[in-house]
Amino acid sequence: MSTRNTSSALDVQGVSGAYFSPVDLRLAPGELLCLYGVSGSGKSQFLRALVDLEPHQGKVFLHGVEQQQMAAHDWRRKLAYLPAESGWWAARVGEHFAAPPALDELAGLGLDETILTREVGGLSSGERQRLGLLRLLQQRPQVMLLDEPSANLDPESTLKMEGMVREYLHLNGAAAIWVSHDPSQRARIADRGMEMPSNTMETAA
Amino acid sequence: MNLIQLSAFDLGLAALLVLALGGLIALSGLGLTRSLYVSSLRMVFQLLLIGAVLEALFRLNNPWLVALMGMVMLAVAGWEVVARQKRRLRGGWGYGIGLVAMALPAFSLTLFSLVALVGVTPWYTPQYAIPLLGMILGNTMTGIGLGFNRLTTGAAASRREIEAQLLLGYDMRQASRKLRQDSLHTAMVPTINMLTVAGVVSLPGMMTGQILAGTSPIDAVKYQILLMFLITSATGLGTMLAIELGTRRLFDERERLRLDRLLDAK
Repeated sequence: MSTRNTSSALDVQGVSGAYFSPVDLRLAPGELLCLYGVSGSGKSQFLRALVDLEPHQGKVFLHGVEQQQMAAHDWRRKLAYLPAESGWWAARVGEHFAAPPALDELAGLGLDETILTREVGGLSSGERQRLGLLRLLQQRPQVMLLDEPSANLDPESTLKMEGMVREYLHLNGAAAIWVSHDPSQRARIADRGMEMPSNTMETAA
Repeated sequence: MNLIQLSAFDLGLAALLVLALGGLIALSGLGLTRSLYVSSLRMVFQLLLIGAVLEALFRLNNPWLVALMGMVMLAVAGWEVVARQKRRLRGGWGYGIGLVAMALPAFSLTLFSLVALVGVTPWYTPQYAIPLLGMILGNTMTGIGLGFNRLTTGAAASRREIEAQLLLGYDMRQASRKLRQDSLHTAMVPTINMLTVAGVVSLPGMMTGQILAGTSPIDAVKYQILLMFLITSATGLGTMLAIELGTRRLFDERERLRLDRLLDAK
C-alpha cells in the first residue's frame, strides 16, 4: 500500500521508465523545484512520464489523487508540461489559444497583441517558448513541468518569465518543476534543487 | 449481342506496342524497362488464369466456390494494402485492420446489390457476383491503402503537433482530428475525381466493355451508375472504418500517441 500525502501538490513514488532511473519526490503547494543533470539522464522522459505521455512504472499523485484514477486528458490539464520544443498545429498563433491572452499577460513577457495574428512558421524559438508558457497558463494547472523554458531567451525576457511563473505559483498555490542548466538561474528561482539520477543502472524495461 | 473475337495475332500486335515502348525507354537510359516487361507478363498470365477460373466458376455455378473466390480476392487485396504502407502497424495489425475494413463494406454492399438492386437468381450467380465484388473490392482497396498510409505516416510526421494538443488536455479524438480528416480526404480524392470526370473525360471501363459486347449504351450507363454509387459508398465506409480502427491502435488507453507500434520506414 502506498502512503498518500494529500498535503503534497505532487507526490512521485518510484517512477521509472525505459530511459531513466526511479525517481521519488514531493512538491508542496507554491514550491518550485529546479531539476538538472547531464544530457541523456532522462529528464524529459521523466517529465513525459509524469504527464502520462510515456508508459512507465511507479505512482504519481496530484493532491492525493493517483494518475491512473483520472482520465488522461483531465490529468494533463491539471499537471501541465511545457516541452523544450512546443508544438503548433494551426497556421496562426491566435488559433492555438482557447481565448486570446490578455494584453498585460503578453506585455508581461515582452510581447504585444500583433503576435496573435502572425504565422507560426515565422516565430523565433524564444517567441514560441513565451507563447507556449502563456498557452499553458490558460489551463490553470495545479503543477507545471517546464523543460528549459528560458533556454532561448535574452536575460531581460528570462527574468520576466521567471517572475511570471513565481507569481502564478504564489497566487494559485501551484507548484512547478523547472529544468535549468544555469546555476545562477537556479539560485534565483528555486526553493530546492534536484539532480536527475544517472540512468546507467537501468536498461530498457 | 455479337462480339468480334480477338485472335492471338491481334493481342501479339498490341503487345508489340509495349515492347517498343520498353525499347524506347531503354535507349533513353531512364531505366524502367525491366519492371515494365515483368508486370506486362504478370498481367497476361493473371488475366489468362482468371479467365480460365471464371469459365469454370460460371459452368459450376456453386455458391461455395464463389465464396472461396471472394476470400482469395480479399486476401490478395489485404496484402496490397499492407504493401502500400510506408509505416505499417506492428504485429499484423495493419493487415488485420485493412482486411476487416475492406471485407465489411465490400461483401455487404455486393450482397445488397445482388439481392436488392440487380435481383439476379440465384443471388450468387458468378457472372454478376464476381465482377461486382472485384470492382468494389479493388476501389475500396485503393482508398484504404491511401488513407491508411496517410494516417500512419502522418501520425509519425506530426507527433509534436498531436502531442502538443494532448498536453493541452485535448482528448485523443480532438488531437487526432486533423490527421483523420487528412487521411479521409487523401483516400476519397481519387473516387471524387472519378465521379467528376465520368463520361466527360473518361469512359468507365465496365461501361465501355459492355458497349463493345453489344449492350445498348443506355443499359450500360445504368449499370455504370449503379456501380459508381456502390464503389463510392464502399470506399468511403471502408476508409472510415480503417481510420477509426487505426486511430484506436495508434493511441492507447491513456490517450498516448504510440509510435512504437509502427514499424520503421521501409
